Amino acid sequence: MILFDHVTKVYPSQQRPALDDVSLEIEKGEFVFLVGPSGSGKSTMLRLVLREERPTKGQVWVLGKDLNRLSNWKIPTLRRQIGTVFQDFRLLPNKTVAENVAFALEVIGKPKSHINKVVPEVLEVVGLEGKEGRRPDELSGGEQQRVAIARAFVNRPMILIADEPTGNLDPATSVGIMKLLDRINRLGTTVVMSTHDSQIVDQMRRRVIELEGGHVVRDQSRGVYGYAQ
Amino acid sequence: MRATFVASEVGNGLRRNLTMTLAVIITVAVSLGLFGASLLVRAQVSTMKDFWYDKVEVSIFLCSKGSDTPSCAGGAVTAAQRDQIKSDLESLRPLVQEIYYESKAEAYERFKEQFRDSPIVDNVTEKALPESFRVKLADPTQYDVVASAFEGRPGIEQVNDQRKVLDKFFQILGGLQLIALLIAILMLIVTVLLIVNTMRVAAFSRRRETSIMRLVGASNFYIQLPFLLEAALAAALGAILAIGALALMKTVIVDGLLAPSFQFTAFVGWDAVLAIAPVMLITGIGLAGLAAFFTLRKYLRV
Ligand SMILES: Nc1ncnc2c1ncn2[C@@H]1O[C@H](COP(=O)(O)OP(=O)(O)O)[C@@H](O)[C@H]1O
Ligand SMILES: [Mg+2]
Repeated sequence: MILFDHVTKVYPSQQRPALDDVSLEIEKGEFVFLVGPSGSGKSTMLRLVLREERPTKGQVWVLGKDLNRLSNWKIPTLRRQIGTVFQDFRLLPNKTVAENVAFALEVIGKPKSHINKVVPEVLEVVGLEGKEGRRPDELSGGEQQRVAIARAFVNRPMILIADEPTGNLDPATSVGIMKLLDRINRLGTTVVMSTHDSQIVDQMRRRVIELEGGHVVRDQSRGVYGYAQ
Repeated sequence: MRATFVASEVGNGLRRNLTMTLAVIITVAVSLGLFGASLLVRAQVSTMKDFWYDKVEVSIFLCSKGSDTPSCAGGAVTAAQRDQIKSDLESLRPLVQEIYYESKAEAYERFKEQFRDSPIVDNVTEKALPESFRVKLADPTQYDVVASAFEGRPGIEQVNDQRKVLDKFFQILGGLQLIALLIAILMLIVTVLLIVNTMRVAAFSRRRETSIMRLVGASNFYIQLPFLLEAALAAALGAILAIGALALMKTVIVDGLLAPSFQFTAFVGWDAVLAIAPVMLITGIGLAGLAAFFTLRKYLRV
């Protein structure tokens, strides 16, 4: 599903690599935590999967494709199979909940009838039924993140990438978001999530990849946060 | 492709950037108006050229009694000389298209007609005016062929080409025309720069939307299309305003002011306006589209 083969990423204008010779594989259906201190390279890994960045050395394979050899015009096709969720939600403030989710389908040219069918469905999955007509500023942080997850999941992607999705949320709300991501994982989507939150990692008992200074310092299934120290 | 969605995005974009959109429309209108006007002036000059060059003649003035050019040393032109000149002119066909002999009496009639209201007529007698051959050339630029054949020949006082006067006149017009065209091109460049800047601002003000679009896998085409359509639409509106202004110019200035006052020359017709209008529209939309396309390629890449 996702394969990093001796991947090194050095940003232009930077001396130290953000990722240094990273190799790992993530299988279909897995739920993977990406942990490590700030600046350890978590977001860089996720951006490489989305082909927002290219590796300086090595190869990244996603859904059977070598991203180094993927031509620019095929990037949209790749991204349609990957849902993305961020710490800052990235919703459109002047659109309602339903419109925010529908936007993701409209811009890839899905027909209206399809949109009208799947948007209510996915809003029910994330637990936002009854709030379709609200705008983001009329929602709590947890609800806004649910909208973002609905938007990421509405296309039933193969992979869901979440970069610190609970970073802006209180612990109780975070638990709800984790339950939702777990549910999405059980529906068959591979989930890769970066986080700082040790409690969450401990509770979920899933595979943990720990980065430090661009190196993988731990990769264990059913891990506990910070075990390596 | 969802047409209604794209249309609503375009509408939103235009409204959100209303002042910039208006600036683009007005600049496009002004620059295309100038461009169209310079094309119209060009058409006018070419109409005038056709009209005037069609009328110009080469005049071969024959010696009269008191002529003091060396070639007239033998006194007034003789009948034999006159016949010889005429047959030599005939031999220059088909370059020479028409030959018309004007006698002293006819020259005097024409003179009286031309200066009807002037006291000068009373001071000029029939004898003072030279007889002449008026020659019309198939190709007026071939004047030198006639001049070299007849200039300085006994019995001929002077060979005169009206084209030379016209050439000066059209040279000045050509210069003015060039200046007008250069100003128009300068304005078009300013327009392109403004559109580039407008697109940059538009791309920046909608970076939230476009970054989400990229994230969910919208194609470049889909991301850029609303911007391109906005630019093209603004340019089309500007072009339509400019075409309207050009039609107004034609009606008010050419037909209303110039044509009645200067009846001796021809003026451009509506066919010229009809030919220029699509050029303006295509230039406007094309430039805007290209400017937008290249700006967006830089600012909205996947
Ligand atoms: N766009 C960028 N340009 C230059 N350096 C960057 C960029 N993004 C991240 N970095 C650097 O790369 C390293 C890893 O960053 P990042 O992947 O964002 O870490 P994390 O998400 O774990 O906090 C950091 O040292 C950071 O400063
Ligand atoms: Mg990060």
